[in-house]
Amino acid sequence: MTRVGVVTFPGSLDDGDARRAVRLAGAEPVRLWHGDHDLQGVDAIVLPGGFSYGDYLRCGAIAALSPVMTEVVAAAERGVPVLGICNGFQMLTEAHLLPGGLVRNDHGAFVCRDQRLRVEQTSTAWTSAFEVGEEIVIPLKNGEGGFVADADTVARLEGEGRVVFRYLGVDPNGSVEHIAGIANERGNVVGLMPHPEHAVEPGFGPDTAAAMRSGVDGLRVFRSALEALLAA
Amino acid sequence: MPVIVVEVMPKAELLDPQGKAVAGALHRLGRTAFSGVRVGKRFELHVDGPVTDAVLADAREIAESLLANLVIEDVVSVRELTTAELEDRLDAEVGA
Repeated sequence: MTRVGVVTFPGSLDDGDARRAVRLAGAEPVRLWHGDHDLQGVDAIVLPGGFSYGDYLRCGAIAALSPVMTEVVAAAERGVPVLGICNGFQMLTEAHLLPGGLVRNDHGAFVCRDQRLRVEQTSTAWTSAFEVGEEIVIPLKNGEGGFVADADTVARLEGEGRVVFRYLGVDPNGSVEHIAGIANERGNVVGLMPHPEHAVEPGFGPDTAAAMRSGVDGLRVFRSALEALLAA
Repeated sequence: MPVIVVEVMPKAELLDPQGKAVAGALHRLGRTAFSGVRVGKRFELHVDGPVTDAVLADAREIAESLLANLVIEDVVSVRELTTAELEDRLDAEVGA
């Protein structure tokens, strides 16, 4: 069975939900620890949401320097699929696996809501199970989710098709070009601010037109990685 | 003990919501002489032994690679506290 590691840092909050999402997608979740130099031979890695190290210094900055991240960076460079969700996305930018940075929301408030997104790129390890241009709804909850990068970097991301998810409707945090998630050049590393692991099981996801809390759009993020690994 | 001070500010072109909130509070207090506020960070690195050029260079490297994220912030200054500044600080501690 495909094994997907979920790293727990001091202050991680959504590692349990991420492991549950991995299991519901059909893989075996493996607990990884921030202080170990050991990925336990996993096939893919999830950096979960939360407030690692209390967001001290900058969101994700200290986590990006933790022992396990040395191994995550090496694995990402070998092509292992790596997904950073929210605080995990912040870690990926701090570790320079993804360009740009995340800053405090432009309106200054923490936002928690079900968020409409457009899937812009399906040739990544984490989005192959979607259609290009598909609209999905998954929860979003952050205070520092504004994506910023210099104009050259944004032009490169757009030109190379590395904008993976874009906010629809009112931009929740003032991100440049309404960017919600991006990929590295190879497409194996993806970071996004919204939380696909909170939309994986009927009864616990966002409301849909069909029924309350029935949204499971996030599940396909995890299924994409499994399909990518099986196809490899 | 020598101290190196590192000051970091959010990049000028980025909105600083913290500064904006503080500026809003000043405005509400009627302190209208102050048109804007930006909030940054000050780090104090305590050094064992003298601050040589090599130590200062190391502090600059740490400032740019760790204390600041140059994508969103600028390192404004990296400098050693002067003897006078250190003495002021000691006086304040003794006074307390």
